[in-house]
Amino acid sequence: MSNMESNPNISGGFGGGPGGSAGRVIEKNPPKKSPNAQRKTVTFGDGSAVTGNRLISLATLVVLFVIWLLSEALGIADPTFFPGPIETIQGGWELATDGFQRVTLAEHVFASLRRILIGFGIGVVVGVPVGLAMGLNNTLRAIFDPLIELFRPVPPLAFIPLLILWFGIGETPAVVMLFFAAFFIMVIAARAGVTGVRLSKVHAAYSLGASKQQILRNVILPNALPEIFVGMRVAIGVCWGTLVAAELVGAQTGLGAMIWTARTFFRNELVVFGIIIIGVIGVILDLIMRKAEERFIPWRGRG
Amino acid sequence: MSNLSVDHLGMIYELPNGGSVEALKDVSFDLESGRILTLLGPSGCGKTTLLNIIAGFLAPTSGSITLNGAPITGPGQDRGMVFQQGALFEWLNVADNVSFGPRMNGNEGPQTDAMVQDLLETVGLGDFGQKAVYELSGGMQQRVALARCLANDPELILMDEPLGALDALTREKMQSLILELWDRTQKTIVLVTHSVEEALFLGDRLFVMAPRPGRIEREYELPFAKLGLTEDPRELKNSPEFTEKREEILSLIWEMEEQIMGHEGA
Ligand SMILES: Nc1ncnc2c1ncn2[C@@H]1O[C@H](COP(=O)(O)OP(=O)(O)O)[C@@H](O)[C@H]1O
Ligand SMILES: [Mg+2]
Repeated sequence: MSNMESNPNISGGFGGGPGGSAGRVIEKNPPKKSPNAQRKTVTFGDGSAVTGNRLISLATLVVLFVIWLLSEALGIADPTFFPGPIETIQGGWELATDGFQRVTLAEHVFASLRRILIGFGIGVVVGVPVGLAMGLNNTLRAIFDPLIELFRPVPPLAFIPLLILWFGIGETPAVVMLFFAAFFIMVIAARAGVTGVRLSKVHAAYSLGASKQQILRNVILPNALPEIFVGMRVAIGVCWGTLVAAELVGAQTGLGAMIWTARTFFRNELVVFGIIIIGVIGVILDLIMRKAEERFIPWRGRG
Repeated sequence: MSNLSVDHLGMIYELPNGGSVEALKDVSFDLESGRILTLLGPSGCGKTTLLNIIAGFLAPTSGSITLNGAPITGPGQDRGMVFQQGALFEWLNVADNVSFGPRMNGNEGPQTDAMVQDLLETVGLGDFGQKAVYELSGGMQQRVALARCLANDPELILMDEPLGALDALTREKMQSLILELWDRTQKTIVLVTHSVEEALFLGDRLFVMAPRPGRIEREYELPFAKLGLTEDPRELKNSPEFTEKREEILSLIWEMEEQIMGHEGA
């Protein structure tokens, strides 16, 4: 947008200039904003004026890739320490088609996603009602408060040794750990959603003849949904990061386990490929949550 | 026929620091059915507290309050509430906000839909039923709030600074709408406002309230609300009778302000 404003062809002298030539230039070089569009004179310090630019963002990725490519082609980086893109792509292709150690990429991704969906899912299903109850009832609040406050700051990975002791090596410890990770976040989000309800909405509902149950269903819950969604978005990010770390230690499958095994076989290109896949899936999970938020709670922040 | 009866009402808030605030002291009045009462007074004189007690959201610490002889012990559908802003359900569209009360009572279907449409037309929002409430202007949102309240056909309508967040022009239009609805539905209304002009124009009864402790300082019986149904509001507000009352009340409020300032200086 700012490149358009400073484009001399478009601003053409004085406020756009006479129709003909200015119009032609604009068509040749279609701007997103007309020359007469509103223009802020103060942008530095105005958060809403700093929106980034997709082209620049894309360019960052391209430049990064080219540097990486050159470093491989010119032999600048030692491939044992930092594999190049071609090697990485080849490794990725092999992983995707034949698999590594007889496990394919799809199987690793599936294993990771399965764990996260189960752990995160149960965390949401259990955490939200607990959080709602804590926001609605003094006694329940008093009972759960110390537990939540005590365990919330503990990084979920710290539970792993105990969980392995209790459940043995396998799916269960990882899933239970993810459950913990999501649970605490969701409890706090749901609780904030309830306590954040504007009292006048609750009062209005009572005056309109709603019962307590109806108020819970028709006022408290929809009012808390934006907070709950924010919680879910945070939780899925935390779960994803924690899961990969957990798989480093306690699993045979999953992207974390794949990276760890690749390392022991000095297949560093698979490590790099795994990192990229983990990043991409993280972005996709976040995107899904964002889209779901837009789709299911369009009223967010408009109350 | 007496409708709302408030008898020696007192409300003392205990503060966490051990102190207390006497938000209402010895407030007594009867309000007959079909009247429109405005409450005027500086911030902190207990207007919201009084309204919340009538609505049943708060229990008074002394005195009693009855509606048609029955004590008020909690919120109920016989008393509708319109708040200053932000009390609409933003997750529901306009029509679903208005039908909220009937739906909570298990009344769903074509009859309710027709009634809702009728109400929306009454408040001038006939074409806005499917809109999201956050797409509407502040004035339109208050129209929705009025319609939502009327959908339950309450006996008494309580409004806490319903026009307080609106610009001057919208505010005048809404004042006329409130009078029109009052005339059409014959409801009893208690309306809180900060504006002397609004209190005079909308109240066929007016209480000027004073703070510390919150109490009724003076009462007026006024002709303007009824006149406002037929006469031009601007002309009415510029008439000598109106401006005279306005000056009288303004000087009363100034006097109270000076007393308060005097107390605080001491
Ligand atoms: N929940 C409360 N706790 C303590 N004091 C309160 C509470 N609500 C109101 N008050 C006090 O009671 C007095 C009257 O308040 P309110 O009824 O809100 O007045 P108004 O609506 O006329 O501005 C004020 O001094 C206010 O600070
Ligand atoms: Mg108030």
